[in-house]
Amino acid sequence: MSGTQVFAQTVLNGLLMGCIIALVAIGIALIRGVMDMVNFAQGEFLMLGMYCAFWVNRLTGLDPLLTAPIAGAVLFVLGAVMYKTLVRRVVGAPMLAQVLLTFGFSIVLVNTALFLWGAEFRTIPETWIRGNVDIGGVVIGVTTLVPAVVSVIMAAGVYWFMVKTRMGRALQATAMNKHAAALVGIDTERVYALAFGLASACAGVAGSVLALSYYVFPMVGTVFNLFAFVAVALGGFGSIPGAFIGGLIIGVADSVTGFYVSTAFKYVVAFGIYLATVIWRPKGLFGW
Amino acid sequence: MKRSLVRLAIMLPVLALVFGLLAVPILGKVDTVKVGVIYPLTGSAAATGKDYIAAYQLAADIVNNKMDLDFPFARTEGIPALGGAMIEIVPADSQGSPEVGRAEAERLISSVKPTALMGCHHSAVTKTASQAAERFGTVFLCPDSTSPALTERGYEWFFRSGPTDTTFIEDTFDFIEDLKKARGLKVETVAIVSEDTEFGKNISVVEEQMAATRGYRVVEKITFQNNSTNVNSEVLRLKRANPDVILMAAYTSDTILFVRTFKEQKYTPPAVIGQRAGFISPEIFTTLGKDADYLFTTNVWAPDLGEKRPIVKRINELYRAKTGKDLTGDYARAFTGAFILVDAINRAGSVNPEAIRKALLATDYPGSQLIVPWAGVRFDQKTHQNTLGRGIITQAIGGVYRTVWPFDLASQEAVWPVPAWDKR
Repeated sequence: MSGTQVFAQTVLNGLLMGCIIALVAIGIALIRGVMDMVNFAQGEFLMLGMYCAFWVNRLTGLDPLLTAPIAGAVLFVLGAVMYKTLVRRVVGAPMLAQVLLTFGFSIVLVNTALFLWGAEFRTIPETWIRGNVDIGGVVIGVTTLVPAVVSVIMAAGVYWFMVKTRMGRALQATAMNKHAAALVGIDTERVYALAFGLASACAGVAGSVLALSYYVFPMVGTVFNLFAFVAVALGGFGSIPGAFIGGLIIGVADSVTGFYVSTAFKYVVAFGIYLATVIWRPKGLFGW
Repeated sequence: MKRSLVRLAIMLPVLALVFGLLAVPILGKVDTVKVGVIYPLTGSAAATGKDYIAAYQLAADIVNNKMDLDFPFARTEGIPALGGAMIEIVPADSQGSPEVGRAEAERLISSVKPTALMGCHHSAVTKTASQAAERFGTVFLCPDSTSPALTERGYEWFFRSGPTDTTFIEDTFDFIEDLKKARGLKVETVAIVSEDTEFGKNISVVEEQMAATRGYRVVEKITFQNNSTNVNSEVLRLKRANPDVILMAAYTSDTILFVRTFKEQKYTPPAVIGQRAGFISPEIFTTLGKDADYLFTTNVWAPDLGEKRPIVKRINELYRAKTGKDLTGDYARAFTGAFILVDAINRAGSVNPEAIRKALLATDYPGSQLIVPWAGVRFDQKTHQNTLGRGIITQAIGGVYRTVWPFDLASQEAVWPVPAWDKR
């Protein structure tokens, strides 16, 4: 492999990985932007999305890629229900109450998964999504390419929804000022439920495509959650494009440092970038 | 005067009787011997922890019940020297974390008051949990953790029945050497890949030293984060270095990730030799399927050892009936450790910690009564490390590990170099 090929491979690996982190991060940014609260259970929604893909595939034999919409829909409902039953009680409450609620809920989800499905690592067997693509010596596994593409589509979809549709504008309006939005006739309760559902659906879709290449187990959410949070903080809390780009930066920093410097330092650089952002631009790259 | 004498004459037998009754539970019969076992029951290694507990339960079943089995303590009920006292396994959850492991050890010691503690799979957890045991003067028998540092601390109450990483790494290099002699293989360069906790860090140090003394060139040395989200850059580095053999120390999740990434990046290392842990977890086969084929690992046990010794096969069948899975090196080691402890308690004839400690020091357990291929169990008087343990090298073919070294125990020939991904 030539130097350029290796560099291209390294950056590409980073981007592909970053896409998944980005999609999880978008969910966190959305909730933070609209409701001004941090959802610590986002990683666990990713885990549920992965189990959703796993079980639908196991029980029906449906291709994991086709389970993405199902996982998205299931998680949307779950997110909306979670809002209606639990989260709405802490909207506007002290931050500690919000943190305890979502953090507590994440513990409940992990242990429920542990109880229902056990602690084993599970993977989805290869279906028609398999093999490698070789572009001039740069090798990409299809099982990482497809999730990245799906992530980009989903992220673009969420962005389009936010900017172009009436409901999306209602969401933005509520994010800016809840009372003013209510005054002009926006049903803010519905908007909040929608935001929560949408954020969970992002994690669900990310999870179901991630299950193509990654193993599933009840604690998988925590592994990705940390990176997603860093991506959100990097991009700017509340900014959807920011969260996406933040995810990509984390992915590329991880990959490039790992290859060119040392694998032992790859997270040092990723988190170092985050730290530098917090110090010099606390609102994040795209924050407002 | 006379009355008080009479009173005394009545009182004495009564007192004697009362004290006699009290003395029985103090001096004589122990009903149950509690053994605290600390393993990861939640967290990324939870499935492994669960299977460990099953291995301990099986050992307890054999000791507690009368079984038609040609094995120590099988034909009697309970521990003979304690009047048939039952073994009770008390599991505790370390979550794979050194801090939690230590807290759980303290909790067990203060509330359950176990006769001994055992555990903890992760070397880093064993390290802290045994610190607690040392402080409280509780016997800690570690059957599984392999970090050499554990027995180099000179602890009074810590014993280890399993071999250490140093033994396994020596086995690894002996295996490569033997294979080179037998087949004229060319193996000159190695890559050392290790995770970043106690387990991996120690292994990479020993591997690097041994590679140097035996004349191998280390072309890549990688430390990666335990429970990684991806190992893309790690694999890319290996691909570039192109070593003749990769020596890897990883727990289950990362082992799965590495093999999948090798395949994704179309990279077939000529041979990957793992240091147990993730490599010997049964989930390797359930998650990776055929892709797990041709992985080598140092090991403590393999099902094919049963082809030569019926009792090994029989114990594996009992374990299979309990869990639906074969034993692995981890669980066979834990099972063995439990019997070493029971043997010591039986010889001590009491649950007094000091007596058990002395009995453990005097242990001379024959290899013929073990299900693992060791020469026996005898503890070094200073370090308390079993000096008679040894390892085997196994290779995965068709979803099971088969012994390939030492050659006299081997049931198949090693496949090296392994076939490329697209030729399988």
